[in-house]
This record gives sequence, structure tokens and C-alpha cells, in this order.
Amino acid sequence: MEELKVDLQNETTQFIIVRLGGEQYGIDIKYVDNIVRMQHITRVPKVQPYLRGVINLRGEVIPVMSIRVKMDLPADEYTKSTRIIILKLEQQGNIGIIVDEVKEVVTLDNSQIEKVAYESKEEKDNFIFAIGKYADGGLISLLDLNAVVLEKESV
Amino acid sequence: MDVSQYLEIFIDETKEHLQNLNTEILNLEQDSENVDTVNEIFRAAHSLKGMAGTMGFKRMQTLTHDMENVFSEVRNGSIKVKGNMIDILFQCLDALEEYLNLIQESGDEGTNDNEPLIKQLNEVLNSKEGGAPAAEKPAEQAKTAEPDDTNGQKWLSIKFDDTQKHVLREAVGQGKNVFGVTVKVQESCILKAARAFLVFKALEDIGEVIISSPSVQDIEDEKFDLDFSLVFISDSELDKVLQAVKSVSEIEDAQGAVIEGDKIKDIAGEAPEKANLPAVEPQGAGEKPVSEKQPAAAQAAPAKGNEKKNQVSKPAVNRTVRVDIEKLDVLMNLVSELIIAKNSLVSASGDRGGNGGVNEHIEYLESVTTNLHESVMKVRMVPIESVVSKFPRMIRDLTKKLDKKMELYMSGEETELDRTVVDEIGDPLMHLLRNAADHGLESAEVRKAAGKPEVGSIFLDAYQDGNNVVIEVRDDGAGINTDAVREKAIAKGVITPEQGENMSEQEIMNLLFHAGFSTAKQVSDISGRGVGLDVVKSKIEALSGEVEVKSKMGVGSTWTIRLPLTLAIIQALMVDVGGEKYAISLGSILTIEDITPDEIKTVQNKEVINIRGSVIPIIRLSGVLDIESKKNPEDNMTVVIVKKGDRQAGLVVDELMGQQEIVIKSLGKYITKCKIISGATILGDGEVALILDTNALF
Repeated sequence: MEELKVDLQNETTQFIIVRLGGEQYGIDIKYVDNIVRMQHITRVPKVQPYLRGVINLRGEVIPVMSIRVKMDLPADEYTKSTRIIILKLEQQGNIGIIVDEVKEVVTLDNSQIEKVAYESKEEKDNFIFAIGKYADGGLISLLDLNAVVLEKESV
Repeated sequence: MDVSQYLEIFIDETKEHLQNLNTEILNLEQDSENVDTVNEIFRAAHSLKGMAGTMGFKRMQTLTHDMENVFSEVRNGSIKVKGNMIDILFQCLDALEEYLNLIQESGDEGTNDNEPLIKQLNEVLNSKEGGAPAAEKPAEQAKTAEPDDTNGQKWLSIKFDDTQKHVLREAVGQGKNVFGVTVKVQESCILKAARAFLVFKALEDIGEVIISSPSVQDIEDEKFDLDFSLVFISDSELDKVLQAVKSVSEIEDAQGAVIEGDKIKDIAGEAPEKANLPAVEPQGAGEKPVSEKQPAAAQAAPAKGNEKKNQVSKPAVNRTVRVDIEKLDVLMNLVSELIIAKNSLVSASGDRGGNGGVNEHIEYLESVTTNLHESVMKVRMVPIESVVSKFPRMIRDLTKKLDKKMELYMSGEETELDRTVVDEIGDPLMHLLRNAADHGLESAEVRKAAGKPEVGSIFLDAYQDGNNVVIEVRDDGAGINTDAVREKAIAKGVITPEQGENMSEQEIMNLLFHAGFSTAKQVSDISGRGVGLDVVKSKIEALSGEVEVKSKMGVGSTWTIRLPLTLAIIQALMVDVGGEKYAISLGSILTIEDITPDEIKTVQNKEVINIRGSVIPIIRLSGVLDIESKKNPEDNMTVVIVKKGDRQAGLVVDELMGQQEIVIKSLGKYITKCKIISGATILGDGEVALILDTNALF
């Protein structure tokens, strides 16, 4: 609670910066439960292609999805820096997403976050809810996790 | 002292009492003269009232109080049991259940006063011979209360020790008031200790209790008769103190007096003559007996305040299981054994002298954990009685509503199931029963014409069958008209006419479980709009169970629900398919066969094998699971024969990996599309293996 209050006062949000292919994305830290190294994923048959399967996280079975597949990017290549970010979502429970690399944590002022209007029909863009601007002028796409994780039937 | 910690117990016990009342009132309807039944009802109503009062649920208390009045008159024989009275009483039970539901959800009983019901109850009361009004009771109570005045000042005999004397002297020095108070609880009060607690709590809000007689510990343990006394320091006036005490319900009376400063010194100095103590001033407000019929404004106001404080932030309650102490003892012993086994394992691995001992200890450990598992399972098991016992009442209501004659026969109520299953199974069962009553049974005339007894019968049988529990809902009604179902299914577009031609009777009956299907010509509020059976099916499947229907025209239908005994831990056969590990529940496996590829025949484009005379369809798991088998197709094949009800199927696997006890974990809400996987489990090496739902493969 304490931290939350402070956050509200300063109106800042912390984001974990991850790399997916050539691009970098920000994930709101309040949804992040855990970051784990790539491990054996047990395939689950007959599910959506972006669901890679399930992993064992300290005795809990957690589904893992590939954002790359969901975003129509080339399939994941697992390297040493590949990580699974365990997200904690109210509705769906915990779910892991695979990212190529976890870079850093940044704190953005609310004035540095610019909401994007959906002009493009391209699905990939719909996963981004805002653009964050670094103080030095760099830009970062902030992921709309609910859209990423949400079931999109028949698109 | 907060009553919220009792809330769970209150809810559990209230449910029990309500159920008890339901059953007994049903009995009363059958046999209105039975004294035992009436007594039992009276007892249950009485406890209910007491508990509701203790918890501060005033509306519930008022309603039960009025019900209790009626029962009390029935017990005295001044009112005869009549049909409409039973109806009113059932309505009251429904209203109480509503309160209970609200309390369970929000911790508050809500604002419905149910005045019409109370009025009806009073009418029943007034209808008794002699017509004495219900108000007579409080008057009686008043009478009995009076003689107590003489000994209502028991606090006078409290003795103080040195510290307390010191505290008293100090308090007086600070200009505080010191009171002696004697509180008397009503004779009918059940939770005297809880009442006393509330009194103490109310007092501690405004001051400090120095000493009580009997001691606080004894009061907590309910080691007191009907009254207790205390000496109390406060800034408030005597009136306020007494009022605070009386705001607690079921407190019959509270009396007290200020102990003057100089008298304190006397007490403190152990004055021998009690006559020195202040004469008891008659407390105008204090002597009025507080009966529940008089929620005087002065009393209600502080009480309400208290309720609010207690309930506002209260979260919804956790579910509890009351466990037989013996089961827990067994569990405890097993845990201790487990620790011993673990310790011996630790020491054995410390010995460098070879591995001989370790295996022995591991075997021991294994047997302990298996037993431990079994007893934990047993702790989680509750008889389905808690669910099915409400059905006779429901059938009675349906008899009136549908104007059909029917009787419910139940057996196997003592069959035990996992608590989680028992909680969930009520709705589907209710649905099936309603269906049987509404659609299954014919009206009395039709039955007569068909040569059946006028009164229809519905059977609810539960029994254990291996690792499953079977619950059957059976009626001797008209049975399912498969032609009507077929027509309806075609009309609704569920199947095409051609499909309809080729379907077997059984397949057509299974169409009933299809979403959006109802064969009743009229939609009634009893069996709903055809959303019922598919909900029943999905609910039971969610519990890893299955439901089947069998029916014969003119003879009746049988709905069979098959549920696993437990959902948490099962014995499973681990198999390898294309390098992946899968678990198959041992409960569904019949045999394991080793067959050569040329034993597989093709019938109607389906692969089958002939094993000891029976033809069994073959399912290649590698195909179902979208993976490539790593086995050479010319080698012998391992086939696991599984059963679902009467049917069998052979699952082709690459390799058997052995039997294992597995803990079932859910795949989560996120993976829902995969019907053939019922869950996952974590293997010894930390890897996740999926559990095949063989029922979904048929």
C-alpha cells in the first residue's frame, strides 16, 4: 500500500523493458509476478498455436504463451537470454510470456506516457496502449497486457 | 471481543438447523401429533434464535422468535397443525435461508423485515383456542423477573485483593465513578458465555472492569448460573453503563449502583459490615425486564451501532469442514510417522556403509505417504446427505406446484464424496429431479390410464463403485420419446434429417444434453428453458464426472452421474507418446495388451481389435495428440484398454512408464480449448506431465 501511494503522488509507473526481435517493449511492473529462465515447456495438444504449453513454477502449473506468435513475428528462438515473464492477471490467473531478453526497469513519469489512438487495423499495433518517451528522446512501446493475453478468436 | 470469529460456525450451524427444521416440519406434516418431532423443531428453532441473537442479526432473531412462539403453542397443544401453517413455516425457512445467504456473502443480514410473514405467524398464534394474544409471553417473563430483584445485587459480595483495592482507590482519586453491576441473562439464553462477552465488550468501550464474580475465565467457560457480577470503573454515569449492558440481547436485567468514594475506602479497608454500602437505589430504567418483544428505542440504538461496527468491513466467509476428531488423530499419527521415516532416511544416507538400509526406509516412507494421502482424502470427504436432504422438501413443493402426485425415495445418503464435489453437485441433482418431476412423471390421470399407480415415484440412489461414486436419478414416468427428440433436434437444426435417420436411440437421447434443447412443450419455471441439461452436463464434467441417460418409453428414465471419489490425488499409469509423458487415470484402465500390427482390422473405416471375443475400437494417441510416434510401425504395439461406462477403447501408446501416484493440478482458466487433457501433474524431476481425459476420447 505504501508504495502505491507514493506512486500515485509522483504519478510514475515502472516498466520492465524487454526485447522481442529487434524491438523493445515495456511491461507495467505491477503485472509482473516473476521472471524465470527459459525451461522445458510441456506442450499441450489441440490449443491455440501461440500457447506454447505449461511449465512448473514452484509446484504450480502455469501456461506459457509466445508473444511472437501472437504478434505474427517469426517464431521464438530460444537463446541464453530468453526469459519467461510470469504475469499476474486478475481474470486469467498467472500466465507466462516468452521474451527474447529482459533489459532493465525504467520509471516513467505520466507526462512521458502518450496514449496511442488506434488508427491502424493491424493486429500487432493493438497490443500497444501507449508510447513511452525517455528523457533522452528514445521511444518505447508499452504493451497492453490484457490485449496480449486476451483470447482473440477468429481474427 | 469480536463475534466475527464465530461467524463461520454460526453459518454452518444455522444451515444445519435450517435443514433439520425442513426435515422435521416435513415429518410434522405427515404426522402432526408426533411429540418428538415438535420438540425437535422447537429445539432447533430455539437454538437458531439464540445464535442469531448472539451474532446480532436482529431480523433473523425476530423471525425465529415468532416461529418459536408458534412451535411452543403447538407443543402445548393449543394450536393444531394445519396445512397452511406448514406452508407459512416453510416460507419462513426460505426467508431465513435468504438471511443466511446474505450473511454469508456480505456479513450482513440485509434489510428485509419479512413483515408479512411475521404477521401471518401472529395470525396463526392468535387463532389458537382461547385467543390469548401473543403478547402474553413477555408479561410472563416480567413476572418471573421480579422476584430476582431481591438477590439482584450479588456484586455486593465481591471480594477484592490488594491490587484491586489499590486500583479502586486510585480511580476514586482521579474522580472516576466506580460501579457495582450484576447482570442477569435470560434463562432461555443458549450461548451464555458469548452474551457475557458482549457485555464485557460493551463495558470495556466505556470503562474498565476491575473484577468479576465468577472470574472472567469461568465466565468464558460458561461456569456461571444465570447472573454474574462485576465492579467497573468509568467516567460515564450509571444509567449509561446499565444501558450499555442491556443493549446486549438476551440480557434479562442489569442492576447496579455507584460505590461512593468513602465506601470504597471501606471496601478497600475490608469493612466487615455490608450495611455500610449504599442502599440500592431503585433504578427506574434498570428494573424494567428487557424482553425481546420490546426493542425499545433506547436499546435498539446502541445495539445497531454495535452491529455496524462489527459487520461493515467483514469479508465473505471461508468454507469450513467440520472433521471427526478421530480422522484428525489418524492424520496426526501418520504425520509423525512420516517425520520419523524422513529422519531415518536422513541418518541412513549419512551412513556410508552402502545403500542397503535406504531402500528399506524409502519403502517405509512410501507406505506412510500413501496412508497419509488416504486419510487426508477421508478428511475431505463428507456424506452427500448435506446436499440431498433438502430434496424431499423440494419434491413436496413441486407436488403442490405441478399438481402431480409423487414420492421421492432416497438411498445411500451416507455415501461420501470430496467436499468440493458435494458443494457443486447440488444444482445438477436438483435439476435432474425437477426434470423428472416435471417432464418425466405423467399426471395422475395419464398414469391411471396407463395402469400405473397414481403416485409417481422418483428415486435418488447413491453408491460407491470402485474409484467412482454413482448417483442415479430414476423415475417411473413416461420415459423419453426419442422420436419427439429427433424431430425437435432436426427442427432446431442441431442435426440434419439424414443424421437423424442414422442415429441410434442412445445417441438421440444424448442430444438432450445439447445446449438449447427442451422437449417440454411448455416452458415452466420448474425445469426451465432447456438450458438445464447441458448445464448439468458441463457442471458434472467440470467435476471430472460424467452423466448418462437411459430410458424406456412408458417405463421411465434413469440419469446416472458418475463422479471420481477425489479430485486431488489419483493413481495413474504413466505412458510415453512420441517422447512426451502422459498420465492415464488407473481408475479408467481395464487391461493392457500387447498386439501385433496385423491384429488391427478396419471396420467402417475405424481401426478395431478383437480381444477375447470383444471388438474394441483403437485410438492412436499419437494422432489425437498431434505428435509423431517414435515407434517402428511394424513392431508390436502397446494398447491400453480404457473404459467409459460400458464402452471400451484401446489407446495405442509408445511405451509404458509405470504406475505413479500423481497430484492433479489444474491447467488454469487460460487453457480451455483442450478437451482431451483434464489437468497436469508435476513429476518427481519437476517436469510437467499432462493427464489424459480418456472419457473425452470416446
